[in-house]
Amino acid sequence: MTWVNDVVQGVMLGGFYGLLACGLALMFGLMRIINLAHGDLAVLGAYLVYLLLEHWHTSPFLAFLPVLPAMLLIGYVLQRVLLERSLRSGLLVPLLTTFGLSIVIQNLLDQGFSPDDRSLGASAGGVATASWQITSQLSIPAIGALTLGVAIVIFGGLQLFLSRTRAGRQMRATAQDPDTAELVGINSRAIYARATAIAVAIAAIGGVFLAIRSSFTPYSGPTYLIFAFEAVVIGGLGSSLWATLAGGIVLGIAQTIGGQINPEYPVLAGHIVFLVVLASPRGGLLNLRRATA
Amino acid sequence: MSLLEIDRLGLRHGLLEAVRDLSLRVAEGETVALVGANGAGKTTLLRAIAGAHRPSSGVLSFDGTDITRMAAHRRVRLGIALVPEGRRLFPALTVEENLLVAAQAGRAGRWTLETVIEAFPMLARLRRQRAATLSGGEQQATAIARALVTNPRLLLLDEVSLGLAPLAVDAVYESLARVIEEGATIVLVEQDLSRAMNVADRVVCMLEGRIVLEGARGELRREQITDAYFGLRRAGSVDA
Repeated sequence: MTWVNDVVQGVMLGGFYGLLACGLALMFGLMRIINLAHGDLAVLGAYLVYLLLEHWHTSPFLAFLPVLPAMLLIGYVLQRVLLERSLRSGLLVPLLTTFGLSIVIQNLLDQGFSPDDRSLGASAGGVATASWQITSQLSIPAIGALTLGVAIVIFGGLQLFLSRTRAGRQMRATAQDPDTAELVGINSRAIYARATAIAVAIAAIGGVFLAIRSSFTPYSGPTYLIFAFEAVVIGGLGSSLWATLAGGIVLGIAQTIGGQINPEYPVLAGHIVFLVVLASPRGGLLNLRRATA
Repeated sequence: MSLLEIDRLGLRHGLLEAVRDLSLRVAEGETVALVGANGAGKTTLLRAIAGAHRPSSGVLSFDGTDITRMAAHRRVRLGIALVPEGRRLFPALTVEENLLVAAQAGRAGRWTLETVIEAFPMLARLRRQRAATLSGGEQQATAIARALVTNPRLLLLDEVSLGLAPLAVDAVYESLARVIEEGATIVLVEQDLSRAMNVADRVVCMLEGRIVLEGARGELRREQITDAYFGLRRAGSVDA
């Protein structure tokens, strides 16, 4: 029964990793950019919500509503001003650019908010601590269920957007062949900017859940970036959206089961699963080679 | 007035000069065939007109507008469409989605998703099929339909018969004949000389990035073109 509990907790943790991985997969699938500042952008979203809550005593979910358009705008401007230029110089330059951006965001947050630990858990009220006791061995935390539910809604919504809407079709066409997309009248730069806006906004949603589940500092981004990146690789490198969520869930289950074996093992177990997938003949490494070829 | 004016255009691939100092005018309603050996610069020239290749010198104008530095997607909205060499469909999109992205990004006009499928009846039963699963002829029909559905005033066709079975080529040219009858302006690159001489009002022969021979249909003899094709005699151009 404890194993059932581990898997259930792992699935919910996986929903959280899926949320963090979603924008990373979107940007990699479309532009082949590995956004090393993705975790820091998630943390930035959490700090913006934290800032609003200092003046406005409400739930972090409500405070996120004005933060969402701000993050969309930040993503759009980031693409137009920074990433678009670095993309012209090959695959390595965007990697270096986002690495630099990551450091800049961390230091700006440190300047603005001090390096102290913060959390949005207290402002979230009952949601952060409530749980449903199913049996003596199995309980479902409200925040875990909410995270997974939000992840499913976001992945489903994004999937619908990509398959059914005009802008989504243009995004898929551009991902497959940007030169030809231009030749049928698609403004690929505008598509890229929209995608980055969406990616950054979803990262910020992940950041709010991060801040409710645990504490965060200006330097929390890279830790979560690793988990998000592992979810993307296990899920086949942005080849399909649902696979990215599945990748997050596999990582989440690996971590909770690892933690069951030994409380020191959760992160290690996740890394081992990631490495096995990466090294397996049909796994991520092959996809990575194909993707960059 | 000419619809397309190319004035002393220079195109490079790095250090290689693909097109040198080339000038050409295409009138509204005219069909021009570009012929020449591999590496003569035909494909590069078409890509430059469509905006996929940036010129190193010279001026391109379309209907009086200077488009030399204009982005490719904006040229589509002005009415230039290219059927690229190798077809270049979006492989994971269905036939219908391939047409739809172009229809929604291009100009409004008589070509819509429905009318273009009427013009290429073989596409009707393939609508929901992924482009990657199509045969060569089906892919080519989709690629031409995808260009048409942007309602171009100038249609650029790059080697539409390449790699197709003779029957499929006939089908493609049959549909093209209808488009030409309706008064479309077309510049096409064609390896098959007899097809080029059949379909075009004017044949332009390129060699090493220059125009070495051009003339109206009927004015040029086959031997003249084959000589120019391989650069056997550097004949001056015959005025159209």
